[in-house]
Amino acid sequence: MKRAAGPVIRLRGAEVRLAHATVWRDVDLEVGDGQFVAILGPNGVGKSTLLKAVLGLVPLAAGTAEVLGRPAGEANHEIGYLPQRRSFDPSLRIRGVDIVRLGLDGDRWGVPRPGRASRDARRRVAGLLELVGATAYAGRPIGQCSGGEQQRLLIAQALARKPSLLLLDEPLDSLDLPNQASVAGLVDRICRDEGVTVLIVAHDVNPILGYLDHVVYLGGGGAITGVPEEVINTENLTRLYGAPIEVLRTSTGRIVVVGQPETPTYHPDLAHHEHPHGL
Amino acid sequence: MASDVTPQLSWNLVHDVQQLFEFHFMVNAFRAGTVVAVVAAAIGYFMVLRQQTFAGHTLSVVGFPGAAGAIWLGVSASYGYFAFCIVAALLIAAVPHGRGRAFSEESAVIGTIQAFALACGFLFVSLYAGFLNGIDSLLFGSFLGITDAQVVALLAVGCGALLVLVVIGRPLLFASIDTDVAAARGIPVRALSVAFLVVLGVAVAEASQITGSLLVFALLVVPAATAQRLTSRPGVGLAWSVGLGLLITWLGLGISYYADYPVGFWTTSVAFAVYVGVQIATRATGARAARRRRTLAAAP
Ligand SMILES: Nc1ncnc2c1ncn2[C@@H]1O[C@H](COP(=O)(O)OP(=O)(O)OP(=O)(O)O)[C@@H](O)[C@H]1O
Ligand SMILES: [Mg+2]
Repeated sequence: MKRAAGPVIRLRGAEVRLAHATVWRDVDLEVGDGQFVAILGPNGVGKSTLLKAVLGLVPLAAGTAEVLGRPAGEANHEIGYLPQRRSFDPSLRIRGVDIVRLGLDGDRWGVPRPGRASRDARRRVAGLLELVGATAYAGRPIGQCSGGEQQRLLIAQALARKPSLLLLDEPLDSLDLPNQASVAGLVDRICRDEGVTVLIVAHDVNPILGYLDHVVYLGGGGAITGVPEEVINTENLTRLYGAPIEVLRTSTGRIVVVGQPETPTYHPDLAHHEHPHGL
Repeated sequence: MASDVTPQLSWNLVHDVQQLFEFHFMVNAFRAGTVVAVVAAAIGYFMVLRQQTFAGHTLSVVGFPGAAGAIWLGVSASYGYFAFCIVAALLIAAVPHGRGRAFSEESAVIGTIQAFALACGFLFVSLYAGFLNGIDSLLFGSFLGITDAQVVALLAVGCGALLVLVVIGRPLLFASIDTDVAAARGIPVRALSVAFLVVLGVAVAEASQITGSLLVFALLVVPAATAQRLTSRPGVGLAWSVGLGLLITWLGLGISYYADYPVGFWTTSVAFAVYVGVQIATRATGARAARRRRTLAAAP
């Protein structure tokens, strides 16, 4: 399935208001086909809200949002979404494989009929589990899987419909360092091999830094977009957080973002509004 | 027992079962019980999954003044159960809530409403002087005097509710365990939640007519909760739930025919025994499986 050329996501002067307060405004964002883009920023700045705006789940107060060539919300069947979450209730007695299967045909009405379609669906689910390396624990109730295992199952669920766009909200949290690296590698592989555009929210940029085409830094009510080396520097982050921040680079190219001790935490109401730079 | 013969249990099982169905009221009790058990177990499965047992409990309590009021007004208690349970389900659905799932949490307001509902029911019972079985059968159930028409009504309404459940089942499952993703997929999460509460109201109203308002949970929660202990496959779990519901109902009815205590007591006792038995059994096997996994993991 090939769309007309053009960006996969295009936000123009977008603004979102929740509970009568502006979360962010004047956000311009363009994500091209097959790109791997990270959204970074402090807590509560509206990263998750940005993904929801792309899905059309929160309305824009101003500006426009176009996704996969259509207004936001109209192409959601082509989008795989992994929401930010704590984890499943430990008492939830549904297997991981069922969760993945719901991603495939959970939105159909009526009961699944046995037959070829059903066999194909089972094979597809088995393939997805293989891809994310979750086969071993997919038969266990998901509430009893570890946070990292749940995260892999949910990535498989998001991939079930062969989406053109993958929206991942902090897929690396609750993972240990080796698993962060391997999930980041997995997402990159999906992005390169299958041509899936990836928009990923993260707190720590290091595990994905090597794969990123662009980063979007949200903060102070607006956004800065660019290649990682340009955006992630002391000057930009200090402005966005409204507090002194230092960006250091190690000899291996890793980025270390250091906040000054005793600085007040960022709060949107106190922060002044920044003008973003386009791509 | 209200009948003038005293049924005797013998070692001849065939004879016992024949004796069980000798009287038409007993046949109707089994018919009604079967319909109600299937409906309650299937819908209860989703209720437990959605953690909405508290909503189910509220609906069952609200059914009591409905039934008492209907009898006071001189109409069948069934109408009262259905009217009150469905209206209450719509009201619960209208209560503002977060995350697409109404009413998963207990609150002081709802506790107050439950108390008020019980008090209203009590008032209606007192107002109607010639109450036949008194308050007992409304609260704790009765299987005497179920008419053919009532069985047909239970069957028709029950089939309607199950049909709705079959149609919305898969998206409902999705929305129940993964609300955000389901909503992103375009599933009408809010509408499904309302539809489910209404179906739940219907199931509660049906079950109340056999078990009484207070013992509805024997058929609504116990089979579903037990089934979810037994398996984590949705389809298999539903089947277990229905099977256990039937077992509880049939055993309860059968025992109460021979033993001289109310049916509500026996169904609830069987349900309790099933639940406790399965809890103990799964805990034992679960511990063994975990031990096996640990040994496997420890092996080189
Ligand atoms: N449903 C809502 N109603 C009102 N305000 C909301 C709602 N959801 C989020 N907000 C507010 O919008 C702002 C952005 O929230 P969002 O969840 O997008 O932040 P985030 O950047 O993802 O934070 P985190 O890093 O903690 O996940 C926050 O200030 C939050 O309080
Ligand atoms: Mg977030």
